[in-house]
Amino acid sequence: MNCDNCGKPAKVHLTQLVGGQVKKIALCNECAKQKGVTDPTGFALADMLLGGSQAKPSLVPATPGKDARRCADCGFTLEDLKRIRRFGCGTCYQTFREEVNQMIRGMHKGTSHCGKVPDGLIEMQMRQKRLDELRGRLEQAVSAENYEEAAGLRDEIRRLESEVANAD
Amino acid sequence: MRFSTLIKHPADWMTGEGADNAIVLTSRVRLARNLAGTPFPGWAKKKQRTEVLERLRPAVEALPRMRDAFSQELDSLSSVQKQVMVERHLISREHAARGEGSAAVIERRQSVAIMLNEEDHLRMQSIRPGLKLTEAYEAVNEVDDVLAEQLEYAFDAELGYLTTCPTNLGTGMRGSAMLHLPALVLSDQIGQVLQAVNKIGLAVRGLFGEGTESLGNLFQISNQSTLGESEETILRRLERVISQVANHEANARERLLEDDPDMVCDKIGRAYGVLRHAWLIPSKEALTHLSLLRLGGNLGFFPEESVALCDALLTEIQPAHLQMHSGRKLSPEERDAIRAEIVRSRLQSLEPPDIRSIKKTGEEDSPPDLGIT
Repeated sequence: MNCDNCGKPAKVHLTQLVGGQVKKIALCNECAKQKGVTDPTGFALADMLLGGSQAKPSLVPATPGKDARRCADCGFTLEDLKRIRRFGCGTCYQTFREEVNQMIRGMHKGTSHCGKVPDGLIEMQMRQKRLDELRGRLEQAVSAENYEEAAGLRDEIRRLESEVANAD
Repeated sequence: MRFSTLIKHPADWMTGEGADNAIVLTSRVRLARNLAGTPFPGWAKKKQRTEVLERLRPAVEALPRMRDAFSQELDSLSSVQKQVMVERHLISREHAARGEGSAAVIERRQSVAIMLNEEDHLRMQSIRPGLKLTEAYEAVNEVDDVLAEQLEYAFDAELGYLTTCPTNLGTGMRGSAMLHLPALVLSDQIGQVLQAVNKIGLAVRGLFGEGTESLGNLFQISNQSTLGESEETILRRLERVISQVANHEANARERLLEDDPDMVCDKIGRAYGVLRHAWLIPSKEALTHLSLLRLGGNLGFFPEESVALCDALLTEIQPAHLQMHSGRKLSPEERDAIRAEIVRSRLQSLEPPDIRSIKKTGEEDSPPDLGIT
């Protein structure tokens, strides 16, 4: 690649975000020095691209608070996601569901999984669901003083819980 | 199993044993999986990565397939050793760049290889010779089933298997095949064919995957989409497209021989000459000529064994293999000399191309002597 300024072989490659657009520029050593690239604060790519006298690109960081979402499990933030375009842990996919939906649009043939499902996992999730349900019913039965039903529910819950323990 | 033992015995898919690998050299399927409740490797702290490795490694090593497997943490391997494994497609380039907290477990026969703490907690691959995507999938799927019984995967009913990069969501499956397409390149049809493949949503890459140049007329075709379709649908489409491309290549080979046999003979004869007599040969040049020699083997110019010989050389002349061979760091010039030496010695007993074998149709009894013999 050659220098965008003088055409000599380029040694310095710059990428800068200008008004939401990625601008790339290549410079040879001399031009880079001349334009002050060695001192990043003194260099504005926009000036060079747009002819010098344009307004400086806004480098104000995003307003704090607005984008401060953070994955409760692993501490991954929206900023991290924007920077590396990857996720921190499985829970991030819940935390950043909106962004996930945006990212996967057009990336894949569809947006919902229709392939393999891990056997044990679904059983585990079903058992957990059933347990939650039974516990809710037990609470209701107790508060309604329906002890006969409560005893039956309690036995059922114990049985399921021991299954979970054995599965581990 | 020691590193030297692993490397001494090439896998069946490297030699193409028992498969039609004239055009499709190998089929590979990999699955990406992560554990629930712990950060993905790239985001995990060192301690978390080590903990994950301590959970995963015993489970992986206990797999029936992994009896007497090669199992090593990456920081216990030298950079040349890691690079050799990359050149053999046993680990990825990204994985080779990792050290502490990452490991590779490779089946004795090398048809199944599992990377621990690569971009995802688990990357499991199976490679078979020829166009055998379903067979490769079955092997890796079986491993996945066994592991899923003991490990809780990060899985979401809507998004499927959760992966570090959203490009792998859903099935977490990437199927690919390595194709040798010299006739499509020689007849200038390759661009058109690959464009068509791209249009169907499949990716085309060079010899070593993402971002690599196509060398030796070798191309990798793989699925890009992993979400919204079942494994079976993805693999069926992939297999169909790959066999169509292979058909195009087969037709192009036939047509080349009919339309321009002199050009074909010239290319293959020159390749033979250079490889047999070069004293300094850069990697790119060697790959180009080996590709033509391989084509010659497929077309009957050379005995059948020559194809396996070419495939073995494709790997043996890679930089890290050369360094391992000579046991020290080599300058590029030294590499070119050693590469040429290896090629010459491997091809020592290969007879010159049998041009008559392809010129028999429509030729008089005594074909012209092309001066190669």
